[in-house]
Amino acid sequence: MKFVSAIIKPFKLDEVREALSIIGVQGITVTEVKGFGRQKGHTELYRGAEYVVDFLPKVKLEVAIKDELLDQVVDAIEKSAATGKIGDGKIFIFNLEEVYRIRTGETGVEAL
Amino acid sequence: MKKLLSMFALVTMLGFGFTGNTYAEDAAPVAEAATAVAPAAEAAAAAVAPAATEVAPAAAPAPVPNKGDTAWMLMATVLVSLMVIPGLALFYGGLVRQKNMLSVLMQVFMIFSLMGVLWAIYGYSVAFTGGSPYFGGLSKAFLAGVTPDSLGATFSKGTYIPELVFVAFQLTFAAITPALIVGAFAERMKFSAILAFMVLWFTFAYLPLAHMVWYWDGPDAITDAASLETVVANAGWLWAKGALDFAGGTVVHINAGVAGLVGAIMVGKRIGYGKEAMTPHSLTLTMVGAALLWVGWFGFNAGSNLEANGYAALALVNTFIATGAATLSWTFSEWMLKSKPSMLGAVSGAVAGLVAITPACGFVGPMGAIVIGLLVSPICYFMVAKVKYVLGYDDALDVFGIHAIGGVFGALATGVFVNPALGGAGVVDYVANGVAAYDFGAQMTAQVYAVITAIVLSAVVSFIAFKIVDVLIGLRVSEEAEREGLDTSQHGERAYHN
Repeated sequence: MKFVSAIIKPFKLDEVREALSIIGVQGITVTEVKGFGRQKGHTELYRGAEYVVDFLPKVKLEVAIKDELLDQVVDAIEKSAATGKIGDGKIFIFNLEEVYRIRTGETGVEAL
Repeated sequence: MKKLLSMFALVTMLGFGFTGNTYAEDAAPVAEAATAVAPAAEAAAAAVAPAATEVAPAAAPAPVPNKGDTAWMLMATVLVSLMVIPGLALFYGGLVRQKNMLSVLMQVFMIFSLMGVLWAIYGYSVAFTGGSPYFGGLSKAFLAGVTPDSLGATFSKGTYIPELVFVAFQLTFAAITPALIVGAFAERMKFSAILAFMVLWFTFAYLPLAHMVWYWDGPDAITDAASLETVVANAGWLWAKGALDFAGGTVVHINAGVAGLVGAIMVGKRIGYGKEAMTPHSLTLTMVGAALLWVGWFGFNAGSNLEANGYAALALVNTFIATGAATLSWTFSEWMLKSKPSMLGAVSGAVAGLVAITPACGFVGPMGAIVIGLLVSPICYFMVAKVKYVLGYDDALDVFGIHAIGGVFGALATGVFVNPALGGAGVVDYVANGVAAYDFGAQMTAQVYAVITAIVLSAVVSFIAFKIVDVLIGLRVSEEAEREGLDTSQHGERAYHN
């Protein structure tokens, strides 16, 4: 099992969610986050006072999937989240040791 | 609002002209006849005046306030309340950080309430009864003798409004002025210290200045050169100097702005000032607040005419266009110098324009108003975006940079653009019952006197008042409380739950 964590541009969330649903991903967790990469921040001005805003708003989405789905998931996110401009985000992949479904007590792939 | 209240006793001092007017009004079931007769009666007054002195005490029936004037002034009073709560509160509230939102709203709300009570107890009496040229008396403390039948004078002979309307209208001015100051030391001062300071400042800075600028016996007290001298001798010091301040450029804006500067310096900079981001938490609310200020300001400026007539309309028109011009000039200044036109810039320009047109609104013509609006914003912008950082004081919401600087500019510009040759309405000569000849040197001297008096008075009183409060209560919250935010540390609540 794999755990995929992707940082994307907030306005791309709906497209990514749709792309993942099509390939059969059953659940997604989404968090509004802030951060910076190569895109860096931007400058804001308030009555002449200049503030450099380092952290830009992004969306982090997390999905837990069975191994066979990994390539499709990465491909779906890459395609649906891309704008071609700097700041499109990153995808991180982790090995997932175990999963429990709280309601039934199922474990492993059954619980995904 | 330059004004006075004059009561029945005053009426007895009036000349025959007034009496004639009153009869005309009394006979007013035939309304047209009243209008037609009034000018004639006034013309006759000059000729008969000498004899009138002996006749008046016996004659002089009480004049009846015009219902149109009264209705307008009631509405104008409500409009000024709209400026304070919610207008000013939201304007300031949006500009502070989220953790201090409620503290600012609470300060404005409480000051508004506190000043209303103090105004009735002694404020009105100290500001608007005779006494010395600098300070009124206590004869109307607790609003003694002010009843629904009491009359207040306006700027037209023989025209009165109920004194209680004048009391209420002036109450709103006394309430907004201290509330303006809190923006300068927002986000760091103790709530109790603010309230204590405001009581001292209101008593020793606001009331004397209001008295000096606005107290006089009213137009009906002036019939000839001799009576003019009496009125000048009784009037407030700056009124007697001939200083023009239609709606409160000196009394309200310079006064509050200077107090803000003294406060910002004495309370000290916010922790992290210049290092941490102190960005406005909701420019949406700031825009809503500024818009309410603008709308309410129509009552503030046009209401200061005390009558519903052409001069009120002039003040209203000037309040529109000077503000519009100032919004444009701030926005374009910022656009050219900093590349982007900001919402905060637009509302800052609007407030600067409103401040600058305040002393001028009933005196200058519409084209003068446009010039005033166009010029004030670049000056204020330079103050808040450059000078403030060079000098290094932390006037958090730019009370000094916008209200004091805009107020000084407006007061001086009033002296220039009141000139009928520049489209101004001129100054009324109540002896000749016409527009007085304009004298640039004399008018500017009077304006400068008013500006300097306001600056010195407010600075000295503020300094002493802050010192006293510092010794008794302490001005600042603890570092921990400041970092945590005043909402939870001072008021035990949060503005937003997310």
